[in-house]
Amino acid sequence: MSADELEQYLGITTLMRAVAWAQTKSMWPDQFGLSCCAMEMIAIVGPRYDIARFGMEAFRASPRQADLLIVSGRVAHKMAAPLRQIYDQMLEPKWVIAMGACASSGGMFNNYTVLQGVDKIVPVDVYVPFCPPRPEALMEGIIRLHEAVQAGIPPAYERRAVAT
Amino acid sequence: MTIAPERRATRTWPIVGPPIYEGSRIPANIPTILEVPRELANLDDILPVNFGPNHPSTHGVLRLVVDLDGERVVGLRAVIGYLHTGFEKNMEQKTWWKAITYPPRMDYLAFQLNELAFVLAIEKLLALEVPEKATWMRQLMSELSRIHSHLIWLGTAALEIGAISLLFYCFRDRDAVLDLFELVGGQRMHTRYFQAGGLAEDIPDGFYPEARTFCEYMPKAIDEYEALLTRNPIWLERTQGIGLLSADDAIALGQSGPVLRASGVDWDLRRDEPYLAYDQVDFRVPVYENGDVYDRYRVRVDEMRESVRIVEQCLNRLDRMNGKPWIADDRKVVLPPREELHTSMESLIHHFKIVTEGYRVPEGEVYVCVESARGEFGCYVVSDGGPKPWRVKFRAPSFVALEATATCMHEALVADLIAIVGSLDTVMGEVDR
Repeated sequence: MSADELEQYLGITTLMRAVAWAQTKSMWPDQFGLSCCAMEMIAIVGPRYDIARFGMEAFRASPRQADLLIVSGRVAHKMAAPLRQIYDQMLEPKWVIAMGACASSGGMFNNYTVLQGVDKIVPVDVYVPFCPPRPEALMEGIIRLHEAVQAGIPPAYERRAVAT
Repeated sequence: MTIAPERRATRTWPIVGPPIYEGSRIPANIPTILEVPRELANLDDILPVNFGPNHPSTHGVLRLVVDLDGERVVGLRAVIGYLHTGFEKNMEQKTWWKAITYPPRMDYLAFQLNELAFVLAIEKLLALEVPEKATWMRQLMSELSRIHSHLIWLGTAALEIGAISLLFYCFRDRDAVLDLFELVGGQRMHTRYFQAGGLAEDIPDGFYPEARTFCEYMPKAIDEYEALLTRNPIWLERTQGIGLLSADDAIALGQSGPVLRASGVDWDLRRDEPYLAYDQVDFRVPVYENGDVYDRYRVRVDEMRESVRIVEQCLNRLDRMNGKPWIADDRKVVLPPREELHTSMESLIHHFKIVTEGYRVPEGEVYVCVESARGEFGCYVVSDGGPKPWRVKFRAPSFVALEATATCMHEALVADLIAIVGSLDTVMGEVDR
């Protein structure tokens, strides 16, 4: 009998696993909408996609109460400082999803004003591609993040610094 | 070729109803700034509050610096540019047909309408004839876009005032609209379905029955929203008589769309300067006289009903156009049909030229405006005869609507600020561009 099976049958676990399980079941996102992707981000709260199934329907207006920052849209250089400030205000452990092409890499806006990827200022855990991603794609990203947390992978800020 | 924008300065505006208030309330020469009155300026009680750019009820990343005297708003400055994306500059670097991808991302609620304005501008410069089927389909998609935009406005604006359930109703029906877009264009948002010369693809077979089901369903859904809000005492208390904007002030501030029509000015580009096939459909332009937040809500809800009617009429026309062409037959501009690429050398060359170099557009300048969900969305394009636009400038109705914020803030309380900013329906993507 493997260790996993033993855990399952006897209902024992380690504290770290129990904490990781609890973290994934109530990972509250910050209510931070930027542009087009924000509409699809709101859509996952809606009745069809219903993010409440993952315990995540509580979008927090204050970053101090949030665990997950979904960067939903293009980040202009002027917005970069407020974005970093919001990220710094969040309590650890915290995770970041770069939603859409613009947040991931600048997307179609290779110009003077758009930050070429939000990973230049905050460490990103999951990138969700497309322009804008379907709500299903965002939820896939969220599930991947949950899997990573449950597998004990530390948040991105513990693994790497931001690109300079 | 030069097409000068028509001048409307000398027009007499059709104003309905008695004046909302006497005189003008525009606070300063720069209408976005509400200065703290001199007698209050030196008091210690004035509390400057920073509102945004990340605030749940600013409709994006608007930042307002508000001076409060108790709960009264006495000073206001709007700070914009947090979503400046450089659309206009970026479009100059792209060939004409690649640039079509950009406008939808500005006003991401009424994306088809932005796309339409730019595509119409290209076609006007090219003097390109568009097939009838494409015109009707464009009109249908624009009206669906308008419904989509008003649904999101209603959901979020009601949420901000405290009616949370509206958000769920509206997003349920928004998904129904997006399903239709997906059926046609393959993507939920930003379909890029309009092509210079017509449509990118033929209308798929399953579209008509789906769209008819939607037209039957939507008026009932709008009844549901109205049952929740229109006579709801809390909603009335929060919205009636708040954020007043008189017809004269609205005109002086250059307002258009629902904000203008809620102030009693009977003006709609679809009826008064028809484009596409709006002169061949029957629809009513809702106009209300009180110029407050409540009337802006009424205008938008009524507009959704009218849009459903237009969609139905478009469907009736399109039903009879099966098998008709959906894009102009001009090989210098329009991509050749896919199947010809395997058999015809010439088609392959045309395809290669359009995809790599792009088509050339004759020298000239043109201004095209459409009635977007937020008002007059204008697109001014200058071509130097090359494969890329020389200059693209958009007249964004959100940007103009934002200028009315300070005027509407007369004797407003801080709680009304949320309702007023929400009622002007600014999309920051379009304001900052």
